[in-house]
Amino acid sequence: MTEIASGAPAQDSGTGRRPEAIKAIPVRHPWRWASAVLVLAFAADVVYTIASAPHLKWSVVGDYMFQRLIREGALLTIELTVIAMAIGIALGIMLAVMRLSPNPVVSWVSWFYIWFFRGTPVLVQIFFWFNLAIILPQLGIGIPGTKIGWFESTNTLIPPVMAAILGLGLNEAAYMAEIVRAGIISVDLGQSEAAQALGMNRLLVMRRIVLPQAMRVILPPTGNETISMLKTTSLAFVASVPELYTRASQISNATFYVIELLIVISIWYLAMTSVASVGQAYLERRFGRGVHTVTPRGPWERLTGSFFGSGVPPQLPLTQRSPDKVI
Amino acid sequence: MAAHMVQAEAVHKSFGRLEVLRGIDLSVDPGEVMCVIGPSGSGKSTFLRCINHLEKIDAGRLSVDGELVGYRQKGDRLFELPDREVCHKRSEIGMVFQRFNLFPHMTALENLIEAPMRVKKQNRATAEAAARALLERVGLADKMSVYPNQLSGGQQQRVAIARALAMQPKLMLFDEPTSALDPELVGEVLDVMRGLAEDGMTMVVVTHEMGFAREVGDSLVFMDRGVIVESGHPKEVLANPRQDRTKAFLASVL
Repeated sequence: MTEIASGAPAQDSGTGRRPEAIKAIPVRHPWRWASAVLVLAFAADVVYTIASAPHLKWSVVGDYMFQRLIREGALLTIELTVIAMAIGIALGIMLAVMRLSPNPVVSWVSWFYIWFFRGTPVLVQIFFWFNLAIILPQLGIGIPGTKIGWFESTNTLIPPVMAAILGLGLNEAAYMAEIVRAGIISVDLGQSEAAQALGMNRLLVMRRIVLPQAMRVILPPTGNETISMLKTTSLAFVASVPELYTRASQISNATFYVIELLIVISIWYLAMTSVASVGQAYLERRFGRGVHTVTPRGPWERLTGSFFGSGVPPQLPLTQRSPDKVI
Repeated sequence: MAAHMVQAEAVHKSFGRLEVLRGIDLSVDPGEVMCVIGPSGSGKSTFLRCINHLEKIDAGRLSVDGELVGYRQKGDRLFELPDREVCHKRSEIGMVFQRFNLFPHMTALENLIEAPMRVKKQNRATAEAAARALLERVGLADKMSVYPNQLSGGQQQRVAIARALAMQPKLMLFDEPTSALDPELVGEVLDVMRGLAEDGMTMVVVTHEMGFAREVGDSLVFMDRGVIVESGHPKEVLANPRQDRTKAFLASVL
């Protein structure tokens, strides 16, 4: 007993002596090195084969990389993504709160919306809005059965870009509603009870207490949806919206450089999704407030840390302490 | 009638087919500290939650400060209160939970000013001044800008008490406030509650702390299986229980 006690203390005990930090030779991992070499060799071979393909013109890739039409297409892709996601998130939060409402009418309206928009392909929805003018040449608000009111030609109201935004945004809302609902449900019931006990009403409890805590659960899948949306916007080509993919296919139709243009836009899509992932990581850190005892490092710190770190593990284990774990 | 802060007459409550409360009669006077003890599942927490309408009662009468909980009476008919009025009634009753339920995304100070600002529409300066004074009163003046997960259980519960007090309630409900705490942290929370009692706060305390009940309580209620088995002055009941069930329970916890 006394022997163990004298060897173990990490802090100064009665003796005032602290043993030296452990210095041990780490376990060797020869197979990690072997597999790394194998993977690198295979990757190099694939890259070389494609890069040296006899009919692939890399100069064309370079020419079109920052060509005006491609740049404009990329900008439109970003705009479509931002607007569609904004609609999706705003409407999604509303639908999620409605879905959990004690009012059965409100709850069923939300259920039906999600059922319908999640159950039909986005491609069909975009195409539907694009072609709405075929069956309804005019849209407006007025008294049914009369000409009294405000009407406008459908083609003016819903130009191709609007058709794409409606199709993408309304579809996204259905998915976001489910993500937000999952986040809301994940928050401990004691939280809304404590808020209610303070006299807060249902909307206040939701807005101030539940949703901010649900954000931690909502954010990762939302980032995922945003990245997915960046690529899904390419479906807007059915409405002839001149976004990145439409531009690329127009150019390759005229020049027959099909693969070259696909490489160009793939690089663009990869760049855009990479930026989105970095943004997501920072947002997650922001909403981890009050959950992590140690603030998790940002992606950049983590990258530099794992290359130039001082021997500290690249990602510290996060101590999660929540009051309900205490018994 | 209005002399009682809490008055219950034949209060019944069921969850599905399980009868949790089977006729509770009691009254709490202003300034009184009532301790409620009993085995788990005896319905004591449920009764506490009924008092601020977190649970609806099925039968009987329950009133706080002379007004029915959750209903308004006109003639001999009862009308359910709309949400707005239920919220207002709740804002006058403080509640402290077993698991603290502090808002983890807010600092201690933000936890305290949230309801006064949003529910009572106080401005930030007023709310913060009151919150600072309260945190000082529970001995946590130095923890204002700290998030709950950086506080010990005892500190969290003291913040939770201060949060309830920030609404200036006329009645405080405690639902096993020390049951989730490490033994050495129980004392600091009980000290705060003792101070409250001395200041004349009306309190209903569901607890397993017999020492607190004996020293601070003005009355003691022993509940088992949804009914009040025995009640009286704490010293009296704890020293000379008359009912066999009370004797058995006290023998098992003391």
